Amino acid sequence: MVVNASQDDPEKARRFREAALPYLDDAYTLARYLLRDAADAEDAVQECYLRAYKHFDSYRGPAMKPWLFAILRNVCRAEYARRKTAPTAVEELPEGGEQTPMWNEAPETPEKQMLRRFDGDTVRKLVAALAEPFRETFVLREIQNLSYREIADVAAVPVGTVMSRLARARAMLRSAWLAEQERAK
Amino acid sequence: MTCEEAEVLIHALIDGELDAGHAREVEAHIEGCAHCAALMKEYQEIRQAIAESDLRYKAPLELRRKIEKALPQPQAAPSRRSVLRGFAMGSAVSAMAATGLVAIVLRNDDEQRIENEVVSAHLRSLQAGHLIDVVSTDQHTVKPWFNGKLDVSPPVIDLTAQGFTLIGGRLDYVNAREIGAVVYKRRQHVINLFVAQTANTERKTAKVSTLQGFNIRRWSDRGLNYWAVSDLGADELSEFGDKFESAMRANKEG
Repeated sequence: MVVNASQDDPEKARRFREAALPYLDDAYTLARYLLRDAADAEDAVQECYLRAYKHFDSYRGPAMKPWLFAILRNVCRAEYARRKTAPTAVEELPEGGEQTPMWNEAPETPEKQMLRRFDGDTVRKLVAALAEPFRETFVLREIQNLSYREIADVAAVPVGTVMSRLARARAMLRSAWLAEQERAK
Repeated sequence: MTCEEAEVLIHALIDGELDAGHAREVEAHIEGCAHCAALMKEYQEIRQAIAESDLRYKAPLELRRKIEKALPQPQAAPSRRSVLRGFAMGSAVSAMAATGLVAIVLRNDDEQRIENEVVSAHLRSLQAGHLIDVVSTDQHTVKPWFNGKLDVSPPVIDLTAQGFTLIGGRLDYVNAREIGAVVYKRRQHVINLFVAQTANTERKTAKVSTLQGFNIRRWSDRGLNYWAVSDLGADELSEFGDKFESAMRANKEG
């Protein structure tokens, strides 16, 4: 996995390191949530950085983070296509699939009292349990702090789709949150 | 607006992604609809809980090493001969200087990224209903509001007499962390003063830069990093920073 000789330009490598390496933790975090496996996430991030380096000449901005994420997302999808082991994983749901609830529908009436707080591990589990593509949208928004426009670019969908996916993701998470709260009682 | 529409749009409202017109429509709906109002409150609580949990992962060192190794090295390794010659020329000193240079380059890069985030946070704050979490012109209301919400207590100083009106405070999110924002106004211009803890207690004098048309005045003092961001001119923003710093000094002495 060494970049070939024609790419061997010290100045380019230096610029790339400075621009892209600060986002290594971000990229790894996204890969962990997309692939739900530590070793797979490592492989995907490494592949992402090598691909990004190869295409760095054509990089014109605007922001490095969404650009890297778009590459990483493709790597993750390709990985799944190759293995054909993940039935729902990163694949798009069929038409109308976005309406499919993952959990029981959220209770009609919002809770009266404050929501319970959970520790980080529990929250991670709740987020990781979200179905794709809602998990991806949710992680890009809430953990990676991307704007709707940037998420739309990363996921190659219209902004309206980002909005509806995010609404769906939060509704799912809310149901899961309330269910967990019930379970923990 | 129907509840069905509102249930999608409240998310964009929470995220500050709605234009002013739609934001008003959703807010009007929420005012008249207890169901959607309660739902939005719940989503905001979940969002807050998410922001406060550390949901990020840290890339393993081994991964970093593998990527570093696969990329071409920035500089060809010096030959043994040139290393020896270098020592004769006193290169231990220049080697140290070079290390320092690397540190400065890295830090600047990091600062650049954070400045970007600070400006984004400033922009987000200007969208409908996002500027202030605690509305008050009283520093004794704003300062305690931050207690328990942050790992630092941002200094809140009333600068009304100096021409900068304190209008409130807000929690924001910069560099993957919660950060305090103290909000001031001069005429119609908003100044967000972002305050974050730093391990470095040395005082750093102010630096003014411009990004996306906004001016940023950045300084550090007694373990806190400050970024004042505004569309005010650089001179007026500097004046704000100077007034703030001298008020801080006066507080400390007084």
